[in-house]
Amino acid sequence: MTRKTLLGGVSAAVVAVAAAGVGLADIRTGDSLVINGEIEIVTETAPPPFLEGVFSTIYSGWVFRTDETRAMEADDFDNPGMLYVEQGLEAFNTAMGTEGNSCATCHETPETLSTVRATYPQWDEEHGTVQTVEMQILECQTERMGVAEPYGYDSQEMRNMAALIASVGRGQTINVAIDGPAAETWALGEEIYYTAYGQMELSCAHCHERNYGNLIRADHLSQGQVNGFPTYRLKNANIVSVHNRFRGCIRDTRGEPYAIGSPEFVALELYVASRGNGLSVEGPAVRN
Amino acid sequence: MAENVTPRVRVPRDATAGEAVSVRTLISHPMESGQRRGSDGNLIPRQIINRFTCEFNGEMVIDITIDPAVSTNPYFQFDATVNESGTFQFTWYDDDGSVYTDTADIAVA
Amino acid sequence: MTQTRRQFVGTGLAVAAAFFGLPHIASAAQLEEAIAAFTGGADMGGEGITLIAPEIAENGNTVPIEVSAPGAAAIMLLAAGNPQADVCTFNFGPLAGSQMASTRIRLAGEQEVVAIARMPDGTFKQARQNVRVTIGGCGG
Repeated sequence: MTRKTLLGGVSAAVVAVAAAGVGLADIRTGDSLVINGEIEIVTETAPPPFLEGVFSTIYSGWVFRTDETRAMEADDFDNPGMLYVEQGLEAFNTAMGTEGNSCATCHETPETLSTVRATYPQWDEEHGTVQTVEMQILECQTERMGVAEPYGYDSQEMRNMAALIASVGRGQTINVAIDGPAAETWALGEEIYYTAYGQMELSCAHCHERNYGNLIRADHLSQGQVNGFPTYRLKNANIVSVHNRFRGCIRDTRGEPYAIGSPEFVALELYVASRGNGLSVEGPAVRN
Repeated sequence: MAENVTPRVRVPRDATAGEAVSVRTLISHPMESGQRRGSDGNLIPRQIINRFTCEFNGEMVIDITIDPAVSTNPYFQFDATVNESGTFQFTWYDDDGSVYTDTADIAVA
Repeated sequence: MTQTRRQFVGTGLAVAAAFFGLPHIASAAQLEEAIAAFTGGADMGGEGITLIAPEIAENGNTVPIEVSAPGAAAIMLLAAGNPQADVCTFNFGPLAGSQMASTRIRLAGEQEVVAIARMPDGTFKQARQNVRVTIGGCGG
């Protein structure tokens, strides 16, 4: 579905939300987030070139949250997501699989992986596909470590490890490649982003491009940026993966979601991540 | 005992005698309220941290009685008076009888 | 016996409520009971106790709350609209650096949060604040 047909095809059910246009009246922009008094986070900046004319500014989801939720992310001790990072660190240093290796055997410390979160999903030449951080972890487990039962894509262990890798990349500028061999996957992601799903006939763009800042029930819609993932959601009282969030969104349109880890969600993750090119890695962020 | 229960505490490394220092504690725990139902429709049995204490050199700083309305991963912040160098002793009591502990040292000049 | 549509729907709801055992909300009586257990029914002043809670909580699962009552022996926190009114009680020891504590609590919808301080002389103070809990648009 093209952007043009989408704009003409808003169903009556969503007019209340869709007719309004962006509304930042209730949103306090211009504040800055510094984590632990040292990691500077870019929470609003100019959009990547392909979104010029769509957004004047791209905003991290942090901007749309209340003072209390914002504050929880400013200090690692206050951020419950860091509990899962610690569990990830323990697993990082624990041998798994027939080779008797831990993540640390090859990567020494998580900090050696500090550029990963900012550049994933990315094209993997060896496998001829775009890989997410989770897929990369699975690749290590199955192809190098001899792990018989690798982490489930959305398992607690996987989210812990992904949160660890995000945490060491905090403050780095999101810069996922969308051209070259990744272009085809990116284009699929873009198509999915603008496709209306479910009985509600809602695309990602309906809420997160055209209505960010507006209320959906009593909640402020964000731009749907994923720079803060895996993110600690107060609702779940746990860290949540990008694909889990995508699934929730499509389910809420009363549609049939793609599977977590599916090629469609990988493509959507690449596309949505690229919409945040210029923001900082923030995971594990704290969201409602 | 609940899985992956990890206590975390933060106190300053040093202080002056008689100073009130800020203490923060967090423990990973589901705090299952006993009010929720599982996918089988049955109530999930309550399992919470029901008490937390902080002592310094054996003397009580704070003793907290906890009910199921305290959030998952219980968080507490409070102040402690330190008159001498010593050790904070933190104890969390689980419904199932498990006890989780942590300590932190502070140097008083 | 004829039955109107409204009666039918009402019966259905009652049956559903009984069947699913909808969570009970603490009754005013239960709140008063919890307070009485703590205060012994003593009168309560309103000065010298501070309760800091957000006017609007973004999610009822994790609502930051701070209480302070200089000189108090203990402070009890209650949530009038929860299935069980008790939240927690802070008992301050001799090495408490202040009679302040903060935590994060669960609120089952908009309601009044109550803090009651017991002073060493056996008197009580209370503070109350209404907290609205946001119902988000998205499950996720």
